Amino acid sequence: MGNRKRQWFYYILFSLVGVAFIGRLFSIQVLDDRYKSLSKDNFLKKVVQFPPRGLIYDRSGKLLVYNDATFDLMVVPRQVKDLDTAEFCRLLKIDKESFNRKMEACKVNPYRSSVFEKQISALTYSRFQEHLFEFSGFYVEVRTDRRYKTKSAAHILGSIGEVNDQIIANSNGYYRQGEYTGISGIERSYEELLRGTKGVKNIIVDVRNRTVGPYFDGAYDTAAITGSSIYTTLDADLQHYGEALMGGKIGSVVAIEPATGEILALISSPSYDPNLLIGRERGNNFVELMHDPLKPMFNRPLNAPYPPGSIFKAISSLIAQQEGVLHPGTRYPCGGGYRVGGHTVKCSHGHPSPLELRGALMHSCNPYFCYVFRSIVDQRKFSTFEESYNNWYKHLQSFGIGTKLGIDLYGEAKGILKKSDYYNRIYGKGGWKGSTIISLAIGQGELGVTPLQMANVMAIIANRGYYITPHVLKYVDSLGKTGPRFESHNCSVDPKYFPIVIEGMADVVKSGTARVAQIDSVEVCGKTGTAQNPHGKDHSIFFAFAPKENPKIAIAVVVENSGYGSQWAAPIASLMIERYLFPEREQIKRKYLEDRMLNADLVHQKTTNEPVSH
Amino acid sequence: MSRYRTKESFETGGLDWLTILQYLAMVLFGWMAIYSAVFNPSNASMFDLSQSYGRQMMFIGLSLVIGIAILIIDAKFYSAFAYGFYGMAIFLCIVVIFIGAETKGAKSWFAIGGFKFQPVELAKYATALTLAKYLSRYGVNFKELRVKLISFGIIGLPMLLVLLQNDTGSALVFLAFFLVLYREGLPSWIIALGFHVAILFILALLVDKILIIYILCGIAALLSIFTWKNRQFLIVIIGALIFSILVVVSVDYVFNEVLQDHQRARINVLFGKGGDDYNVRQSKIAIGSGGLFGQGFLNGTQTRYDYVPEQSTDFIYCTVGEEYGFIGAGGVVLMFVILMIRLVRIAERQKNKFSRIYAYSVACILFIHFTINIGMTIGLMPVIGIPLPFFSYGGSSLLGFTILLFTLLKLDSNRVNEMQSLND
Repeated sequence: MGNRKRQWFYYILFSLVGVAFIGRLFSIQVLDDRYKSLSKDNFLKKVVQFPPRGLIYDRSGKLLVYNDATFDLMVVPRQVKDLDTAEFCRLLKIDKESFNRKMEACKVNPYRSSVFEKQISALTYSRFQEHLFEFSGFYVEVRTDRRYKTKSAAHILGSIGEVNDQIIANSNGYYRQGEYTGISGIERSYEELLRGTKGVKNIIVDVRNRTVGPYFDGAYDTAAITGSSIYTTLDADLQHYGEALMGGKIGSVVAIEPATGEILALISSPSYDPNLLIGRERGNNFVELMHDPLKPMFNRPLNAPYPPGSIFKAISSLIAQQEGVLHPGTRYPCGGGYRVGGHTVKCSHGHPSPLELRGALMHSCNPYFCYVFRSIVDQRKFSTFEESYNNWYKHLQSFGIGTKLGIDLYGEAKGILKKSDYYNRIYGKGGWKGSTIISLAIGQGELGVTPLQMANVMAIIANRGYYITPHVLKYVDSLGKTGPRFESHNCSVDPKYFPIVIEGMADVVKSGTARVAQIDSVEVCGKTGTAQNPHGKDHSIFFAFAPKENPKIAIAVVVENSGYGSQWAAPIASLMIERYLFPEREQIKRKYLEDRMLNADLVHQKTTNEPVSH
Repeated sequence: MSRYRTKESFETGGLDWLTILQYLAMVLFGWMAIYSAVFNPSNASMFDLSQSYGRQMMFIGLSLVIGIAILIIDAKFYSAFAYGFYGMAIFLCIVVIFIGAETKGAKSWFAIGGFKFQPVELAKYATALTLAKYLSRYGVNFKELRVKLISFGIIGLPMLLVLLQNDTGSALVFLAFFLVLYREGLPSWIIALGFHVAILFILALLVDKILIIYILCGIAALLSIFTWKNRQFLIVIIGALIFSILVVVSVDYVFNEVLQDHQRARINVLFGKGGDDYNVRQSKIAIGSGGLFGQGFLNGTQTRYDYVPEQSTDFIYCTVGEEYGFIGAGGVVLMFVILMIRLVRIAERQKNKFSRIYAYSVACILFIHFTINIGMTIGLMPVIGIPLPFFSYGGSSLLGFTILLFTLLKLDSNRVNEMQSLND
């Protein structure tokens, strides 16, 4: 019968479906190799092994920063069974309400492990651990966190914190959410050395994220490599001593070893205990520090530009000699003031007049240096005043003023030094000259020098004409005991012009404005500064280096709004020099001076006294 | 006489051993896949009854016993008891709606003690026997409308009950019987209409409906130009056009109002229109990662670590694809196609109509299961939970398919004793 032919319909139908299926199989199994890696994405979990971070030492090998184990309580919500919540909360010292809140947050990923409680204390951990087996689904993950052996040097050492989106984006895939990185200080600048190398453990997980075992018996695993330890140039003892002296005062101290550019101490006052920025309280403490009106988080030595005041006179002396417009025997009259138009730059120091250069430095004669300044910037050899100014500007830059020195710490500011354009904008081209900007002669006006730059200027004078880029890294243990080489920079003034300025600075301490800075058996060269500023009392500033021959330390001290340079800055600098040059002395010789400095609380006094303005 | 000599083995009856061998091969291959899917190194014994592969081994043994019993029982038994089976199946399908155990939203299982039984398996078998018996009765002519309607009723009643159990997948299996009816004289246009509606439905979900309507009008216009003088044909064309447009327009309604949420979601996943495609994605990853030769026995990671859902039952084919690759997965497709074609060939050599219709039923039931199940695992069909015959874990389904197949083998072996049907 005719219908018999219809059997072919079935053969064709079955075959067509079969051919379609085989074609599809060929396409997804043989042609498309995407699925192999997709299957790997499923079962292969790469567990990052975090290496311990490198340690940080001071220049003598004293340990400053190390690691300690912390314990994160983790939970896989789906595995939690028959939990005795009351007992659990009692052991962990949390209330039922926060238990529920945390548990809800973790339940977003019921099969994944989430942090239930971050960084539980070792004590809680030890008590909790004995009962851990009763709480299925919970386990403890041991991590390391930073600990500081010292309460000082917070700004230099820096801190670590969780990476933000920007850091992740810029890290070429190195960082992932929740990981830590150095966010300030040495922790930041030497992050790549300190962090070490992450390892990877390849494990197989099933669909419930349960570990099944190692992938290929760990053949593709890599071990974590511990971070390199860093030996800093810091003298922990000097740093600590300086911080104590700066207690109750706002300001900065920077001490450099002139021959090497090594930072011996870098003090920002007020500071904070670096241990505040670790562990569970990090966030709260951070917010508190940020809101402190005294700005303890502000890294003054690198960031705060101060008018240098009289200290600038030493630099002018050098530049003027180099320009051939000043000789040691050049005399200018004082007359109690230098008159420009209706304005007079007064000289506050009673001294004989006229003076030669050395005497002018010792007495810090303002009019003398107004003449010197004008002799530099009003030179006839330049066709315009602007050209002459630019010449002066270049000299200053070679002293590191108005430029970033390139210290190996994050967040260095370049200070304030105006280009000629700035004055052109204000006074019009050709509308200004030496007399217009005469304040610069005595280190006032549009000039801001950071304490780091001040100390560096002192290093230049101590070295008679050059400086090494200031730095805090002495060496890295994994690279042998040799440190990286930091660049040497010559300033624009010939070494032969330095001795007369150094003699003048020695006189300042011997018989001038900074007699308080004298130290037995060591010749200290220094220069006081008393910088007027719109924020209240003058800043007390002092720079020095010692000994005069073969200097070991160059130092700059700024105590904000506290008065004359000789009142606060000079004693502090001098005490620190003594401490550094005579480490064997158990006691500073000038106990009375030390006590006066240690006990002075200018911060709170300031709030009661009316600011004095000049 | 010459026919008897030349085609002796084919015509003299006896058991079709090739089919039995193929059956055994598929069941054992299936068992290996189940073993892989639930394998656990700490529980590796093949006969461990606490594991599904151990139980499946037991079901295989039971199936063989029942298969042998079927071959022993007199062939007349099956046609004699067809209506009885049918009545029992209908009764159980109704009862299960009220007292059945609910599994994944469907009330289609009886749970008695530790064992579970799905009456739809009996219903498939009984419907095949009943349809065969009714249509092979003396005096019943499929050309008559009344006979057609009764046939539709025989198929439609259990189908409706299974739908009421909320087991849409199993209900779809009953469409197999409409394919069977085609061989028995169901007009081509009804089958064509079925495909036409299916294609329009899919197109309407994928392409802009207005565009489809324009194209339909275009085709109708072209056809009318060629058959301008034949008025009758013109009317058919216009009728078909109106019907097609109605189908296209009603697609949204059917899709949004008739289909259930999960069915809609699965269709959306199939057409890449979003939704949770976890099951299909994992299934495709498993099969795709098998490559040409597969990862090897017990080495499929998707299977071993439970990424594939329902991997010993509805998604058992993933294990085959992952561990045996294109060679294994393609081999299984080939085995099914060969088996189904062989069953149609067996059907065609039957002298009596009862055996033929029954044989076609078995082939078409296998075809629907095969198409939906494998199509689903490789992303060509929406997710519909019906087992892959002989492979998927489960006593009900394995016993069901064994009984279907062995009854056919018994009928086939007995064909020399049958009278040629008169109204072939």
